[in-house]
Amino acid sequence: MNNLLKQKPQVINIGIKNFYSDLKNNQARALHVDWRPPLVNDPSLYQKILFNMDKISKANTEVITKILAARPVLVGMDLAINVIPQMEKNLILHAGPPITWERMCGPMKGAVLGALIYEQMAKNIEEAENLILAGKIKFAPCHGYHSVGPMAGIISPSMPVFIIENLEHKNKAFTTMNEGLGKVLRYGAYDSSVIERLNWMKDVLYPVLKDAIQISGGIDLKNIIAQALHMGDEVHNRNRAGTSLFYRQITPHIVKTSKSNQNAIDVLNFINGNDHFFLNLSMAQAKASLDAGRDIRYSSLLTVMARNGTDFGIQLSGTNDKWFVGKALVPDALYFPGFTKADANPDIGDSAITETAGLGGFAMASSPAIVQFVGGKSEDATNFTLKMYEITERENNIYQIPYLNFRGTPTGIDVLKVIEKNILPVINTGVAHKNPGIGQVGAGVLSAPIEPFIKAYKEFIETI
Amino acid sequence: MAHVIKSLIKSGEYFDSITLMVATKKIKELKRVIDAAIVMGTLENRKILKASGLYVEDFSKALDNDLLISIKGENQKISEEAILKLDEILIDLKKRKNTGNEQIFFSMGQAKSEMKDANVALISIAGKYATTESMKALNSGMNVMLFSDNVSIEDELMLKKYADSKNLLVMGPDCGTSIIGGVPLAFSNKVHSGDIGVVGASGTGTQEVTSLITNLGGGISHAIGTGGRDVGKEIGGITFLSALNLLIEDENTKVILLVSKPPHVDVLAKIGKLTLKTNKQVVAVFLGAKSSLVEKYNMIYAKTLEEGAMKALELSLNRVITLDKDQYDAELKNQVKKLNFKQKYLRGLFSGGTFAFETLLVMGQELIQDIHSNLKAETSKLLDDPSLSIKNTIIDLGADEFTQGRPHPMIDYTLRNERILKEAQDPEVACLYVDLVLGFGSNKNPGQEFLPTIKKAKDANKDLLIICTVTGTDGDPQNKKEIIKKLKEMDVIVPLSNAQGAYLCVRILKKLNRGENE
Repeated sequence: MNNLLKQKPQVINIGIKNFYSDLKNNQARALHVDWRPPLVNDPSLYQKILFNMDKISKANTEVITKILAARPVLVGMDLAINVIPQMEKNLILHAGPPITWERMCGPMKGAVLGALIYEQMAKNIEEAENLILAGKIKFAPCHGYHSVGPMAGIISPSMPVFIIENLEHKNKAFTTMNEGLGKVLRYGAYDSSVIERLNWMKDVLYPVLKDAIQISGGIDLKNIIAQALHMGDEVHNRNRAGTSLFYRQITPHIVKTSKSNQNAIDVLNFINGNDHFFLNLSMAQAKASLDAGRDIRYSSLLTVMARNGTDFGIQLSGTNDKWFVGKALVPDALYFPGFTKADANPDIGDSAITETAGLGGFAMASSPAIVQFVGGKSEDATNFTLKMYEITERENNIYQIPYLNFRGTPTGIDVLKVIEKNILPVINTGVAHKNPGIGQVGAGVLSAPIEPFIKAYKEFIETI
Repeated sequence: MAHVIKSLIKSGEYFDSITLMVATKKIKELKRVIDAAIVMGTLENRKILKASGLYVEDFSKALDNDLLISIKGENQKISEEAILKLDEILIDLKKRKNTGNEQIFFSMGQAKSEMKDANVALISIAGKYATTESMKALNSGMNVMLFSDNVSIEDELMLKKYADSKNLLVMGPDCGTSIIGGVPLAFSNKVHSGDIGVVGASGTGTQEVTSLITNLGGGISHAIGTGGRDVGKEIGGITFLSALNLLIEDENTKVILLVSKPPHVDVLAKIGKLTLKTNKQVVAVFLGAKSSLVEKYNMIYAKTLEEGAMKALELSLNRVITLDKDQYDAELKNQVKKLNFKQKYLRGLFSGGTFAFETLLVMGQELIQDIHSNLKAETSKLLDDPSLSIKNTIIDLGADEFTQGRPHPMIDYTLRNERILKEAQDPEVACLYVDLVLGFGSNKNPGQEFLPTIKKAKDANKDLLIICTVTGTDGDPQNKKEIIKKLKEMDVIVPLSNAQGAYLCVRILKKLNRGENE
């Protein structure tokens, strides 16, 4: 027998909020759900998911277990051509999903041209452009090469890259060194100052760091991030703590191994002067962890979110290397003085890999210093993180948020939950000027676009 | 008038229809804004925009989750400024939604894990999404009160069978009213606690009987809504029977009052089986049914909602109750005298569908001719175009054709206010009959949003007879006493119940037919 009449009603209200207020006014126990219509409302698809829930859950458990068990460690450095499998001399890797030269946005085109000059394949812009138009240059996403890069994300063959090894599963990930702010290649700048800096990074920064890392025996990135989250970073838009912790760890090794005092000073000053130095490492550790969860049949968890300034793409573990792509959005950001949304390029960079791994926007609650990006109040930041628990598989076992009583960060985005709850992943991001070479014009938070998720959802259901 | 329409699509910005109604209202109040629509991009809403002349071609690509904004201002600048203002309003509404340190829940699962012993899910989202959410609620062991309409009968049957197998109730779909253990759910009134249990297939019907019982000194144990289709052949009374059973077993319930349209014969037989067996007294208001039909099952027959409430109350209090039904006589006579020879018809404009239906029934039984309605009834003709009245017209403004893409007329008075003024200006109209339903869920501010329209109608046509019922109790949030006082100050007749109002209408029409006003 139903015992409804024997108890006081305790109500969960979904829909008209006034009904909830009236319940509260009548001293009833009630909760209100901030419900949104699902992004795809097709009961037959939903039925199919329900019917296959067991095997999907099992696959997702397997994937999240691998991702959480990953032990990403910075183990060394080398030139891209030497160390990235299948890297070629005329191949340029870029951020986001695949894209042709014609469809690339301004900053990415600028970065590609700059990289060709850096590679000494062209003396100037015209030559570089001609090479491309003659079909001499191949383009591919970093993600297809176990790599990630912020903003334009360009990796050319003779750029030095960090090698991050996931000691648990033995897979590797690669990323470039962060150039700092201002006129930099990743924002599409290519003038002589940019090329000179890249050369210095290859000739001075790279050898010094390479030796230091080698003698350090490896730097545990998971450990640094766990601490950085307790120190106010979310390791995407804020990397001040992460950079400081890295600096502390690497300094003695640099001092020990550097053959020139001046070089050691220059290298240490360079790292110290760039609050985002740690960003690339944060991204690559996310990549190394997520790659461990790839290619598990029936898993609806995301292994990639990435943007190329034109398109936004995602990949699911259960659908392997397949990209699901939609138009990249222009962020509603806080703009630096003198710039507006009209100057902004659509969202760009592989850095959304941090959100894919449960950091960045997902860990917003750990980063009160940057809440002005999300409305200015610490509750806003907390609510961002709380919302992300709704679309993720698990709470992280290592990465914790002090403000939420050390709850683990929301990790493992599930496309099924995204669609059902109509909650899109939030991404913390820097904003590039739409013209090459001007650089960063703002920073803020945006939601991923709907389209790639709808495509992925439909295709995923086809595979089950 | 010169005007400029500015439009905008905000992709992926979801707001519920009530929030958007508030926002639209605020924009329309801006100076020199002529019209505005702020709606979600569903097919139905886009149709409405087309009809209202606020549609722009860009909207053709919109998704259900896109917010569509269309503002018609006297010039470009006005429209653009209004759009900017709207941003502020929406942010403000969103903030208000999230104020305090209350945790926000994004899904039923999340809320249920917070309140593990939750036993009712009150669901009022758009019908096409309601089945899935109801299923989730049942799955996690909760009863469902499904306020949403536009749920298919197949889905209703599936949900109810599933609920039945788990000993749970699905109240609805299209269930406006339930009161469980004194807690009012959705459109309900602040009633006294007592020993009368109600099973109601009609929300307004339940509000009427529970309010009347309270106002006359009785009380309610529980009122369980079922949704209007439950007692039909297809659903077979699954919820109605369970609810009746629960009340029979409930020790706080002494008298049971059933409120519904006549159930299908098979359902009635099943109800009868229960009522024959129980020794609790059961009063049945099956609007339109013959007394013999219910009496053979040992139920006490009541013709109208008021009569049902009275009979249940008499059984509960164990004494006879008399109502003064002649109290309006003098007033009525006085007012009818003032009508001119052209004024001969009645226009009934209802927010409560059951009130419209009951009025139709009473008029039919009293042999009033030339009745037109948007409701199907044996005694009236169906209107081709419900927006145009013919002779005596009874309109249910809560019917689907009026509520697509907008809130119920008990919440949003706009449409009915417009109609009241339109009818008031029709020289053939002698009497306007309207209902005002108070209580939780309903519009909280009829003093500002409804009474001024009655005033305008009187101003437009000072001899027009206006009858207005006020359904609710003194405990309701709208201040019933004050509203009735103001209505009476405007010479509006305020009968005790809808049935009395309907009989007053009949008397007016009969007087007019006999030419008593000439």
